[in-house]
Amino acid sequence: MFAVAAIALFIGMILVLIRLYAGPTLYDRVLAGNAFGTYTVLFIGNLGFLMGRPDFLDIALLYALINFVGTIAILKYFRYRAIGDTSPTPRGTPTANGKLKDQGYKS
Amino acid sequence: MTALDWIVEIASWIAILMGSAFLIIGAIGTLRFPDFWSRVHAVSVTDSAGMLLLTLGMCIQAGFTLITVKLIIIGVFLFITGPTATHAVANAAFVSGFLPKGADKFRRVIKLADKEAKIAKKRKRSPLKGKL
Repeated sequence: MFAVAAIALFIGMILVLIRLYAGPTLYDRVLAGNAFGTYTVLFIGNLGFLMGRPDFLDIALLYALINFVGTIAILKYFRYRAIGDTSPTPRGTPTANGKLKDQGYKS
Repeated sequence: MTALDWIVEIASWIAILMGSAFLIIGAIGTLRFPDFWSRVHAVSVTDSAGMLLLTLGMCIQAGFTLITVKLIIIGVFLFITGPTATHAVANAAFVSGFLPKGADKFRRVIKLADKEAKIAKKRKRSPLKGKL
């Protein structure tokens, strides 16, 4: 039964990868990448059962964490063109070196 | 094999087969649907139903062990973060001005609403401007 699930996951991963390659816009690709991450997590967990080594579940959990943070980071990067501090500081706030800091982005 | 073993076996078979079916359906939808918003709809099937059923089947198969605890942790985490990530993608697309296919006639309405909102905001910012 785990072999069936593994084959289904493999087919799904291939289909999602085709969408990832062919997606006409950026958001299609991000969506397909996120879905591919979910498929990977399930595939790793399933593979642990299939090979009789359920220790793989730790790796699957790690993949789930990284996948979520990575998706949010990609979206934030393409929204603000920066991953670091994008908090909207008020115009004219003096920075450490005495200059007036410009607003980081245009909302 | 006792009756309980058979019940466990059949229940996990059903859960895993249904989960696999949902996963393949979601992947086919992601590949075949015509525009972005319908693809979001297809991916959410994968994220909720397929993932949950597959994890449930593996939980039933593992029994009362530490593996089940790990599987539940993975399931809960994916159940929270998957829809959140999908919502973030959809929200980013909406903010950047995407509209569903065939909804171009609403673009004018949205622009008008934007203009009205801007005017209202300006009024709110200086409520006594015209009165003094």
